[in-house]
Amino acid sequence: MYIAANDATQSMAENDAGTGILAKQRLARPVSPHLSIYRPQITWYGSIINRITGSLMSGAFYLFGAAYLVAPVMGWHLESAVLAASFATWPVILQFLTKTVFAWQFTYHTFNGVRHLVWDTASAISNKAVNQSGWFVVGLSTVSAVALALL
Amino acid sequence: MALRLAARRMALAPAPFTRTFNRAMATTVEHTKEPLSAISEATSASQPPIPPSKTTTIQEPEQEANAKTKTFHIYRWNPDQPSDKPKMQSYTLDLNKTGPMMLDALIRIKNEVDPTLTFRRSCREGICGSCAMNIDGVNTLACLCRIPTDTAKESRIYPLPHTYVVKDLVPDLTQFYKQYKSIKPYLQRDTPPPDGREYRQSRDDRRKLDGLYECILCACCSTSCPSYWWNAEEYLGPAVLLQSYRWIADSRDEKTADRKEALNNSMTLYRCHTILNCSRTCPKGLNPALAIAEIKKSLAFA
Repeated sequence: MYIAANDATQSMAENDAGTGILAKQRLARPVSPHLSIYRPQITWYGSIINRITGSLMSGAFYLFGAAYLVAPVMGWHLESAVLAASFATWPVILQFLTKTVFAWQFTYHTFNGVRHLVWDTASAISNKAVNQSGWFVVGLSTVSAVALALL
Repeated sequence: MALRLAARRMALAPAPFTRTFNRAMATTVEHTKEPLSAISEATSASQPPIPPSKTTTIQEPEQEANAKTKTFHIYRWNPDQPSDKPKMQSYTLDLNKTGPMMLDALIRIKNEVDPTLTFRRSCREGICGSCAMNIDGVNTLACLCRIPTDTAKESRIYPLPHTYVVKDLVPDLTQFYKQYKSIKPYLQRDTPPPDGREYRQSRDDRRKLDGLYECILCACCSTSCPSYWWNAEEYLGPAVLLQSYRWIADSRDEKTADRKEALNNSMTLYRCHTILNCSRTCPKGLNPALAIAEIKKSLAFA
């Protein structure tokens, strides 16, 4: 029988007699600082941005989809033509910024997704390659987001 | 703060999912598989130390004219005063009188300035893994980490992130060692050696273990992994997975299938989201992320 990882935790409390004192000490032990002190690096910052952009885009997609679905009942006008017309009344700089923000989320998540697919084949996983591909994706997604916003 | 507490209470709510055995172990964060509440729990559990601006500075004992004085802020917590908050204690040292490595600075503080400072150390040459800690934001071995000679920059030293603190810079690695034990880190065979003497291996097979056997289990990588911070209960973490791969990749081991099967669930292996902090931080220059990717690949294309 292979011990599952969880058994490691399970056997802990029951095993030895000194556990009582240990458990008491442990009650008071603080958890050392983590997120707030770890140095910002392309590795984990890139990863969390990938997750945030994914969540925001899928969240926005579901929200808009649900709103579009109930729009006829509620009397809202969410048709493309209406949205485009109201968007056209915005100042150009605001249009550009809004488009860039949305486009960047899409481009970053897409290009970083390609990185993940490459990693799944166990290639390009070295500190140098990860660093280079990380910043390359940041640059590429920014350039392509601006290009998309200027369309 | 109120929000954090609320989140914590909510996280405890789905009682059927919490494990009864966790209650016996006072320190473990009550575990649910729902990642958001796990994050809020885990983050709320860590209290920030009192910043150096609100604590005293212990000065270098003898000031000299051409001293190269550098400031070190070191995380302190004393289990004998459990109600006191953790704090950042500041020390100044003259680098002219201190050895080149961070561990030299710590030893000098302990010997000459403040004997109450507590940390683990043994070999002072990066082979025992005792002095693993978070120095200037990254996990590394204090004995392999040079003191930056720029005296204008102040150094900050914390225990390994998201570990339970035993005292000062000493983390509780019990869970880490239990997890290591759980992967059965030894050769498993049912058949005797063909020549009756020893288990032989080709040069190519032996070469597959390079970059794996050198791991000293200092826990730098595991405690640099955000996924391990939130899921240390069930996720094995990069160091233990690298060790697991060391035995999966061993041509002499006959339990490869069992080893893989034990990892093949949503938590044990697949909480690795290829964040890659592990390889970035490894003080021995190993690549746990690659080992994990190889395990995932071998499971996917089995």
